[in-house]
Amino acid sequence: MMSTIIALIVAAVTFGTVLMYGTLGEILTEKSGNLNLGVEGIMYMGGAFGLAGAFYYEKAAGAAASGPAAIIIAILAAFAAGMAASAIYSFLTITLRANQNVTGLALSIFGTGIGQFVGEFMRVSEGGYVALSNNLKEAFSATIFPKVFVNIPVIGNILFSHTVFFYLAIVVAVLMYLFLKKTKWGMYLTAVGESPSTSDAAGINIVKYKYLATIIGGGISAIGGMVYIMTTAGCVWNHEGLSGVGWLAVALVIFCMWRPLNAIWGSVLFGAMMIMYLRVAIPFIPTELYKILPYIVTVIVLVLTSMKNSRDKQPPASLGNNYFREER
Amino acid sequence: MENRCAIEMKGITKCFGQVVANDSIDLSINRGEILALLGENGSGKTTLMNMLSGIYQPDDGRILKDGEEIYIHSPREAYGFGIGMIHQHYKLIEVFTAAQNVILGLNDGRMDLKAANEKVRSICQRYGFEINPEEKVYDMSVSQKQTVEIVKVLYRGAEILILDEPTAVLTPQETKKLFAVLENMKKDGKAIVIITHKLNEVMEVSDKVAVLRKGKYIGTVNTAETSPQALTDMMVGRAVTLNIDRPKYDNPKKKLVIENLTCLDEEGVKKLDSVSFTAYTGEILGVAGISGSGQKELLEAIAGLYPIKEGSIRLVGNDGSEKEIVGLTPKKIRQTGIGMAFVPEDRLGMGLVGSMGMTGNMLLRSWKKGKGILVRKKEPSELAEKVLEELEVVTPDINFPVRRLSGGNVQKVLVGREIASEPEVLMTAYAVRGLDINTSYTIYNLLTEEKMRGAAVLYVGEDLDVLLELADRIVVLCGGQVAGTVDARTATKEEIGLMMTQFNTKEGE
Amino acid sequence: MAAEKTPLIRLAKRTEMKRSSMWMIRVGSILVALLLGCLPMILTATNPFSAYGVIIQGSLSRPVYLKQTIRTAIPLLGCALAIAPCFKMKFWNIGAEGQITMGAVAATYFALFWHDRIPHVPLLLIMAFTAAIAGGLWALIPAFFKARFNTNETLFTLMMNYIAIGIVAWLQGGPWEGRKGSQLIPMFSDSARLPTVFGVNCGWIIALVLVVLMYIYMNKTKQGYEIAVIGDSVNTARYAGMNVGWIIMRTMFISGAISGIVGFIIVSGANFTLYSGVADGVGFTSITVAWLSQLNSFAMIVISMILAVLEKGSNTLQTRMSVPASIADIITGILLFCMLSCEFFINYKLIFRHKENKEEGV
Repeated sequence: MMSTIIALIVAAVTFGTVLMYGTLGEILTEKSGNLNLGVEGIMYMGGAFGLAGAFYYEKAAGAAASGPAAIIIAILAAFAAGMAASAIYSFLTITLRANQNVTGLALSIFGTGIGQFVGEFMRVSEGGYVALSNNLKEAFSATIFPKVFVNIPVIGNILFSHTVFFYLAIVVAVLMYLFLKKTKWGMYLTAVGESPSTSDAAGINIVKYKYLATIIGGGISAIGGMVYIMTTAGCVWNHEGLSGVGWLAVALVIFCMWRPLNAIWGSVLFGAMMIMYLRVAIPFIPTELYKILPYIVTVIVLVLTSMKNSRDKQPPASLGNNYFREER
Repeated sequence: MENRCAIEMKGITKCFGQVVANDSIDLSINRGEILALLGENGSGKTTLMNMLSGIYQPDDGRILKDGEEIYIHSPREAYGFGIGMIHQHYKLIEVFTAAQNVILGLNDGRMDLKAANEKVRSICQRYGFEINPEEKVYDMSVSQKQTVEIVKVLYRGAEILILDEPTAVLTPQETKKLFAVLENMKKDGKAIVIITHKLNEVMEVSDKVAVLRKGKYIGTVNTAETSPQALTDMMVGRAVTLNIDRPKYDNPKKKLVIENLTCLDEEGVKKLDSVSFTAYTGEILGVAGISGSGQKELLEAIAGLYPIKEGSIRLVGNDGSEKEIVGLTPKKIRQTGIGMAFVPEDRLGMGLVGSMGMTGNMLLRSWKKGKGILVRKKEPSELAEKVLEELEVVTPDINFPVRRLSGGNVQKVLVGREIASEPEVLMTAYAVRGLDINTSYTIYNLLTEEKMRGAAVLYVGEDLDVLLELADRIVVLCGGQVAGTVDARTATKEEIGLMMTQFNTKEGE
Repeated sequence: MAAEKTPLIRLAKRTEMKRSSMWMIRVGSILVALLLGCLPMILTATNPFSAYGVIIQGSLSRPVYLKQTIRTAIPLLGCALAIAPCFKMKFWNIGAEGQITMGAVAATYFALFWHDRIPHVPLLLIMAFTAAIAGGLWALIPAFFKARFNTNETLFTLMMNYIAIGIVAWLQGGPWEGRKGSQLIPMFSDSARLPTVFGVNCGWIIALVLVVLMYIYMNKTKQGYEIAVIGDSVNTARYAGMNVGWIIMRTMFISGAISGIVGFIIVSGANFTLYSGVADGVGFTSITVAWLSQLNSFAMIVISMILAVLEKGSNTLQTRMSVPASIADIITGILLFCMLSCEFFINYKLIFRHKENKEEGV
């Protein structure tokens, strides 16, 4: 029993890490007032380019390829892809003031297309199979802590057995929290998302803040896609498993009330729901129905959050609206 | 003399689409002086000042500071030139504290909230403001929010302060305090501009008055050497004793009875507090009060658009029978058979469909008419033609989106439609706001015609002179309560002004 | 030289623009999109001209291809028609995928269990009817919460997609499974299949009828008017005595019902069976169709054909030139981006600095 629970938690963290990046990126984006519904596409792109980065690095470096270098390259490649994708979104919504909903949907279609294209292209051009060597695969899924820690009963597995990406995600969450709560720029960003006209009048360069938050947020989200491909999917392009994750991340932002620290446990909780059907069988409930649990929970969360009305737990007031200074 | 001049604007022109908001305006603003920028609604005062605060950029013209030409591309640059503007709609972040709002956008290194709190406290002490720097803005009253705005500008060391209609939402006591502060700042050598259309305030606080009319600069005079009458002449172009025709209707009957009407807003704050009055046929019943005293909620409650906590609203039929309409939807109210028309304050946001043309908007009243699932466009398009002709609406054609029409034409479309239904109760909120004198008179005449037809007209207005000449009786609202009802033929402006502010001492806390 | 300090480009809202130049800009943006679509091809060392050639050839050159292309276009068109009233109302229904799926489920139920008891035509009618009801009810759930609590409809409708797909996956491997272990639902008998007209299932007739009906509904009916008013301003709608919540629910029901019928057409006219991927992204692609055609039903016919050509042609492209078929999604995305951008040039005008100088100089 105990081991089942531990295994569940470990697996939940693995999947939760994917969601956490997606969610954290979108929190940063939405803090600026941009509702980027393109996270799905961004994460596809992150996954495909992350894999491509690591794969072609190994191809170039051959036997000399080192794990840490591959990880860094994968992160950078995914981050860059996410930035590029959300740069398109930013240009359309911030500069050209296109409808945020439709632009986000367009980015979803575009991004999943690009992700698929790159994934497929690699497969075709590399003769049917794209995989990293076992060495590198190992590096992506290994923990950063020494065996001694992992071997501590119970808490060893729960706390120290995860991949580097999980700890990095927590660092990102904490940094984002500190940034939003403790720094001037974080305060300005919040102000931009709350009321662009006020921030504008206060002399804040809202275009800069919106662009930066959306682009960096997109980069962070994209890492989630890469983490999925490189850990859960075993370093092979797998679009089916990635499908829907980006949308869950967008929903998780609401669940987390736009707070980065909430994203840590929120993601792990949803990660647990995503993999529970594999670990904890419930009699009389078929697997396929079990699998839709996280979506049903999301729906319930959406309804519940819309029902209560708390002043402090509202989305950024300008979320979804574009700003034009001379609007009358 | 040259040294005192802080800002000079020369030949400033600004257009919005086809509307010329400012037409080659010259203005100088001096240090150690309070300049009142006077003009009717829509005369271009705010637009002009927005070009100093960096919100808009002029299409043409030059701005000089201390004799040197400057370009203000953004509010930040405006602060750099020592120009700070306090907007009519406060630009504050509701979820932030006062101090956070004050330091928002400042470029002085690390964020130090503690120091900011201290500095805000010291500014407050110096000028006698009463705000807590650590309080969140959404918990503050309107005048506290204004205070935050002023502190914000002072904190940035502004030498030139522009206040846009600062007293519109203040009680007399708060206004007095504000004026005292302005005097202090003037003594500090700051240049102050207040945008206003209230003559008494101009006379009370300003040193000079610059007058705009319909986007054009009329002139600047020393306050000490002018009179309200002379200023009015400058403002409206000709000496107006308003001279609104006010015939008397013979046989007034009860039409709308309101008893103990109480409404709460979403946060549970009382917007209307046991309001009672009766409106009669053949009468224009004016509703006076400083803005935000419950006028909007009152009309929307009668129209079935605002939730009612308790009380009674009854429509009286021609046979004397009374119909309770509290709790009814607008549709159900329409089904009572007693026609009601409503010209809301937010014309494009509530009264009209901006993306549709006149025909589509005429349809808004009659779309349900007729059997079957198809809409009938013939009647509305005829009505649109009629309104177009009778009210002289300027539009390329009757299917041109009304959003793109000028304010006066938008209002003509709305009023024209509402009157066309020959209502028994006609409610109007700020029916002439932003309109030129001619259109305003068109509206006054239309309302009087409706009254003489036998309608009960509710006229919510902000201009007491108009209320006193147009209405038969005036209900004065104050803090959501009825402060009193007066006969408009005998009442004086002072009397009403007093009633408008009588409860505010309690509300201010 | 004072003007140097004014910004290079300023923006102003346009007041008016000729219809012709508006459409010029839109057509121009489609061309730009096709040009940009060359980029991924060039990057993967494919000649864009021959690639576009293959796309056209593979989708239109032979009657067989053309029929397949039309078969692809039918659900896109039908679903775009379903989405149009929602988008007009600014209700962001991205749950068409799930509504199609639920419609398909209802149709499949009758196809599987009633085909031997009900004759051909009534069976098809019942399938279509129940599919419409199922799709409508599925759409009604998020609409109810939107109307009641203003719950975010974008995410809600989207989650409903995954739930619907999960239900089919369960049916596929569970109660409706044909041969044990096959994970497949049996093929429909002939009496549950749509007849073909000119070689394509008669879904195209249904779709074209829907085009006309939707055009009339949106432009000529009271309900269409209500939808347009709500899309412009909810407050105005309330002021005019409209029951906004009710209209939202009604519109979503209609939208879902049409999507449900599309689901019926797909299972009964093309696939002859049900599987979890039955909607196959149609719900999303049709958003593109609806938006690119500016919610005009007749324009949707053209746009859905264009996208079907892209999709069908890309499949040929994949087999012939080994360019991944997802190029279709990329180009679709770019098309949308360009279309969204071009609205900017329709709504705003740019004022360039040097231009102003010239004017001053004159």
